[in-house]
Amino acid sequence: MSNLFDLLVAGLATGAIYALVAVGFTLLWQTSQTINFAQGEFVMLPAFLMLAAMQVGAPFWLAIILGILLSMILLGLAFKLLLVDPMMRHGVLPLAIATMALAIGIKEAVKQFFSAEASPFPSIVPTGEVAILGHAVSLQSIGVLVVAILAVLGLTTLLNRTSLGHQMQAAAQNPTVARIIGVPVERMILLTFLINAFLVALASLLITPIYLAKFSSGEVLGQAAFIAAIVGGFNQVRGAIAGGLLIGVLDNLAAAYVSTQYRAAVPMMFLIAVILFRPQGLLGRAEERTV
Amino acid sequence: MSGFAKPLKIALGLAVIAALIIVPMNFNRYGLFILSQWAVMSIAAMGLNLTLGYAGQVSLAQGAFVGIGAYAAAIMTTHGWPLPAAILVAIVLSFAIGWVLGYPALRVQHHYLAFVTLAFSTLAFLLFRNESWLTGGIYGISNIPRPHIFGIATNKPLPFYYVCLGSLAIVSLAVWWLIRSPWGRAFMALRENPLRAQSLGIDTRRYTLMAFAIGSALGGVAGALYAPLTQYIDPVPFNLSLSLDLLLMVIVGGAGFYFGPFLGAMIAVLLPEWLRFAEGYYLMLYAVAVMLLLIWSPTGILGILDRYLAERRTKAASALRAVAKSRLETVQ
Repeated sequence: MSNLFDLLVAGLATGAIYALVAVGFTLLWQTSQTINFAQGEFVMLPAFLMLAAMQVGAPFWLAIILGILLSMILLGLAFKLLLVDPMMRHGVLPLAIATMALAIGIKEAVKQFFSAEASPFPSIVPTGEVAILGHAVSLQSIGVLVVAILAVLGLTTLLNRTSLGHQMQAAAQNPTVARIIGVPVERMILLTFLINAFLVALASLLITPIYLAKFSSGEVLGQAAFIAAIVGGFNQVRGAIAGGLLIGVLDNLAAAYVSTQYRAAVPMMFLIAVILFRPQGLLGRAEERTV
Repeated sequence: MSGFAKPLKIALGLAVIAALIIVPMNFNRYGLFILSQWAVMSIAAMGLNLTLGYAGQVSLAQGAFVGIGAYAAAIMTTHGWPLPAAILVAIVLSFAIGWVLGYPALRVQHHYLAFVTLAFSTLAFLLFRNESWLTGGIYGISNIPRPHIFGIATNKPLPFYYVCLGSLAIVSLAVWWLIRSPWGRAFMALRENPLRAQSLGIDTRRYTLMAFAIGSALGGVAGALYAPLTQYIDPVPFNLSLSLDLLLMVIVGGAGFYFGPFLGAMIAVLLPEWLRFAEGYYLMLYAVAVMLLLIWSPTGILGILDRYLAERRTKAASALRAVAKSRLETVQ
């Protein structure tokens, strides 16, 4: 049983990171119908920005701040203004393809300007273990969980308890009416892009110490976040959180109990089942058809 | 492209075909390989263009069908079967699996459908990699023979390029016929307004499945040519990124345009090669080029042409109106 407990904790920790990425993914979808195929690369890049800052001589804490700020400028502001804005009117698919190209671009840029090899990345949580219920649990897992939970709590408070959050929700649910009652819809959409950039930078900070910084590490992460977002419900923030945790745990259990060869198949089968039998996601609301 | 005069169009088409036959004659091995790859990928993209561009069903699984076709051809031809038989099996297999994959499309649409098909292509990749008794696993299948066509060996790059080009020609004609047939019209009705199509008596269920099956079958054909082209296959080329690449080809070329896949495959296969002068930066340049193109024209390359022609037609029409108006005024 100790094995199962360890797997659950590790699964929840990676799941919490998936949840952060998936939440950002659903936010972009809700406010601007952007399916961001570069979301995984968005998680990969901030770690390299932080590494670059440290190479220039910045201490770790400053590198983190710089990395988060830079990723908000590049992956939030610039992404929105340069790529999403000109293409938003033209439907979902061309924009999705453009983000695929962006994913290639980011990957190649990192490979070219930084390194094709995996680089180690310092952890914000000290290594070590503590005993919980008689099990040794790594501090890293606990740290990841705590930071991710805090981030999600902060976000849900922002969305549900503040006027700003209500305006964002209004802009997402019905932009026309929101505009009529005076919500600055454009600014709200920009805000969700900045929030997404912040979340991916945070996820980057949490996951890179575990999996190392590598230009190609975004592929797996992006896919996990997609699956988490869909399984939980594409149009719900809490759905994305649940989906992230679920996929994290499922992935870890599959690796241990199914087979390492087919571990990737388990979340995929789960995804197919969810889409076919509950397309709105486990926690999502059905989207109304316009016709 | 109804803006051009018909004889001009025919002349242009013949010139392109002649160039495709004559110009590569003194290409080196690598150039011929890339050009053959373009022909093969055009076939696969044409299949996806039927599913996506004409019938409006998003699929991220076309790469998996190329894989299915490639493995079918590799396994059969290394066991002594002739390539045409392998192509036939690839078609039947991809058609059947594509038909089954179409069922989710009856329930869900758009991005949900995209993700079901995405999951399918990951599962297919895992099968290619793990079922090593059949597929050779990560070691793949090597020494895939090239066929003898009418008694001529196609082991050399140039003859095999003509095999690929000939297959592309056959597929192009078949697709040309298909989209002009009642089926093609039914596909477009499905894309434009499924409810209306249904109320007009089109069996939308059957045509949705058909769109998937035929598109997938063309993916299978492309795969069955890809295997003898590279003469060695392993699971890596058939992962999700091939499906994404094919989708990119269709959108960049112009989804729903007949010539879109040819141009899209040209961008995706040849453009990176032309950018090789930039060395390590070539894929970066490629990504930027694709993004700029899509920002400029989200409907792809042919979308630009289409817009230009539409503009010219409106201009011509308003000029005619102006002339008619002035005549009317002089009469009064």
